[in-house]
Amino acid sequence: MRPLPTILPKRFPAFNRHGQSWRSLPVLPLLLALLVVLPVLVVASSILTPDREIWLHLAGTLLPELTRNTLLLLVGVGVGTLLLGVSLAWLVTAYHFPGRRVLEWLLVLPMAVPTYVQGFVYMATFDFAGPVQAALRPFFRNMAWFPEIRSGAGVILVMTLVLYPYVYLLARAGFREQSGVLLEAARVMGHSPAAVFLRVILPLARPSIAAGAALAVMEALADFATVRFFNFPTLSDGVIRVWYGMMNLRAASELAGLLALVALVILLLEHALRGRTRYYQAGGKALGIVPVTLPGKQGWLASAACLLVVAVAFCLPVGQLLSWTMKELPNQPAGTLNVYAQLSRNSIVLSVLGALFATVTALLLASGIRLASSRAAFILAKLATSGYAMPGAVIAVGIIVPLSAIDHALNDFLAAWRGSGVGLLLTGSMVGLVYAYVVRFLSVSYSSVDSSLEKITPNVTAAARLLGAGPWRLLWRIHFPLVAPGMLAGAILVFVDVMKELPITMMLRPFGHDTLAVWVWQMAAESVWGGASLPALVIVLAGLVPVFFLMRVDARKM
Amino acid sequence: MVPKKRGILLSAAISLAFILGVLAVGRFSGGPQQPPKPEPAQGGMVNIYTARHYGVEKVFEEFTRETGIAVRFTTGSDAALRERIKAEGRYTPADIYLAVDAGNLWLAAQDGLLSPVESGVLAANLPENLRDPENRWFGLTQRVRTIMYHPDRVSQDELSTYEALADPKWRGRLVLRPATHSYTQSLVASLIAAHGRERAAEIVRGWVANEPTLIDSDTRILETLAAGGGDVAITNHYYLGRLLEATPDLPVRVFWANQGDRGAHVNISGAGVTAYAPNRGNAVALLEWLSSPRGQKLFADSNHEFPANPNVVPHPIIADFGAYFADPLDKAEYGRLQVEAIKLLDEAGYK
Repeated sequence: MRPLPTILPKRFPAFNRHGQSWRSLPVLPLLLALLVVLPVLVVASSILTPDREIWLHLAGTLLPELTRNTLLLLVGVGVGTLLLGVSLAWLVTAYHFPGRRVLEWLLVLPMAVPTYVQGFVYMATFDFAGPVQAALRPFFRNMAWFPEIRSGAGVILVMTLVLYPYVYLLARAGFREQSGVLLEAARVMGHSPAAVFLRVILPLARPSIAAGAALAVMEALADFATVRFFNFPTLSDGVIRVWYGMMNLRAASELAGLLALVALVILLLEHALRGRTRYYQAGGKALGIVPVTLPGKQGWLASAACLLVVAVAFCLPVGQLLSWTMKELPNQPAGTLNVYAQLSRNSIVLSVLGALFATVTALLLASGIRLASSRAAFILAKLATSGYAMPGAVIAVGIIVPLSAIDHALNDFLAAWRGSGVGLLLTGSMVGLVYAYVVRFLSVSYSSVDSSLEKITPNVTAAARLLGAGPWRLLWRIHFPLVAPGMLAGAILVFVDVMKELPITMMLRPFGHDTLAVWVWQMAAESVWGGASLPALVIVLAGLVPVFFLMRVDARKM
Repeated sequence: MVPKKRGILLSAAISLAFILGVLAVGRFSGGPQQPPKPEPAQGGMVNIYTARHYGVEKVFEEFTRETGIAVRFTTGSDAALRERIKAEGRYTPADIYLAVDAGNLWLAAQDGLLSPVESGVLAANLPENLRDPENRWFGLTQRVRTIMYHPDRVSQDELSTYEALADPKWRGRLVLRPATHSYTQSLVASLIAAHGRERAAEIVRGWVANEPTLIDSDTRILETLAAGGGDVAITNHYYLGRLLEATPDLPVRVFWANQGDRGAHVNISGAGVTAYAPNRGNAVALLEWLSSPRGQKLFADSNHEFPANPNVVPHPIIADFGAYFADPLDKAEYGRLQVEAIKLLDEAGYK
């Protein structure tokens, strides 16, 4: 019996012995990592040197409500996504029912809908003036029984519906990796199906489920647009409100620091949930959980349940967007399509740049760290990829502060030297924006690249080195071709993430560079649903690309 | 290795197809009727930070057509754009700050972000009470934030003033905009100016006691009113104009508030030239054009607002709303009292 760790990745590659002599390459990764960590440090420093006056002011006004709402939202979305994601994952893993193969994939689709799009569609559909209540009104004298959608419960519902796929996908993977033998053993020993699930299956899948829930909760924490639609301000919204409404960047970075702290707590919680326990499973992959066929009515009930989730979380928003588009398109003034085309181009340019830089940074960082292969390098990599846990508002604040200082210093210097400045090179261009995207999404490309690098056997590297290849040649001629597919996968994911991104783009976009996401948000905030619908559909369509990509990868594993 | 590569290549192909598709739609949808690209070389350009993003493209296109000056603009909220100009300091690309709230224009002027413009054209076209005394900003259109009601549920003679909406008889019948929006803040600032802080707080507490439905979109407030989700609301007049254009029989009527005393609360959408404008001459030219009868007509009508230039007739839909008497309060007061208003709203429990 060979113990096979199935869940935890192998952390350290086998380069240790040679690493010491290869000092030239890691300088660049070190610099890159520091650049990526910088914005987070800037924000963190503001919370280490708190301004008492600002805190007193915040505590007296916004802070209690923001904190309460944030916690409610996190708990609500956490519980909601766990319940929905885990139960659906178990249903499709352990049972056969009509349409399972298709439904299994349809259940991932809601992931393609950005939270703010789901938010405004639900708002417009279910609030008092929306079509649902309008259709019901003739039958009821009083509509007071209808739940108020502009509420904490409303946001939690909306977010749960688009974020549960994170838990679903990871839980499903966790269940799949399990051996059917354990399940059979527990059954044989007389445990009820519920007991088997709660005492054997669930604990084994705990690390994957915790990772999924952490991702979902992070997304909820980072959101500022949806919570604003629903009159439910959280810390993310607070950062933006304090920065703009009270003209106080200092107070905004204090709030951002607090927000970063909450993100850190979530990370630690996830880590604790994963635990130190390692589960080893005997005997390879041969025996997975064998699905039980649900008989007759029960089977159809299972199909109906899955279908309902897909309908509510995906078909409803997409259908509504389509119907608005159909209704509005003929009435749009002539220039509208040009405006949309320009917005799409802007979005694509930014997404391509973001994907490109994030991927290249990831490759340099990952290979450099592998070569250095020290504890310090490993920690550096962890830090550099922590941006995914930082809400966009935090990163934007952390970038605008140092970059505008550099910009002004540069211009002042040039003005003194040659009499004229060069304008805002960093904050006034795409530099700041792309920089922020790299910080935010580096972990996405990093994990793709790193897992590809991990598969390269040390023998290949050793052979290349024996034949006299230097580190750059090794990277370019040997490693690069081998990790290209992984890089491409990572790049696609970052592309879509940037396409959906809102807070960073809002705060740092260069002059005249509106994107689809910004446009959708502005239109939806003014309740101009028709104007928001087509650009929103384009974003959803883009979001489907990685979903199909996931499908392919998964189909291979089966 | 082979099936893996294929999967990724497929995804890459899908993504590429998607990108090309979007770009192609962009290209072809433009077709022959694509407006001629503005040519900066001819008349130079002017850069605008605008909080107004409804229908401005058409107005600016017309300006470019007439003058050859290209217009570039970035949208955002009043406060966000103001902060941005401040952060960019003397290196800002913005020539014009175009806001939809007098309070924010005053704050921008106060922060030294705007520079005075001495222009006979602007002085002749725009009435004095809609301009900054030091000529740092100019009101271009007027929007009345007033009372709206559902005609089947409320009769006109039940309505009188903003203050009267604090009466307990409106309990559960009000629809208002949240405190975070500058429209609410400016309205409350005008209450403070009219009655002093104490009395203003009393009025706001009265509104809050009536448990208003809060909706952060004037359009949705009116749609909710029309659907019977409330009886009385306070919104800007042009949102009703916009809705009536699409649905002429919408069951919502406008009521000019406080006509018996100080007049209805009027805010302005206006602009100023930034202190470090790189294209100052063009910026002044655009402001002058926007104040001219031709510019005023286009600019005000694009959003159903009342033109600031008294010689220009308003859009027929809002002309139908009838004449109103406006609160003569200096618009700068909205800015001066904004922080006070935010604090008051917070303390009164108005979310």
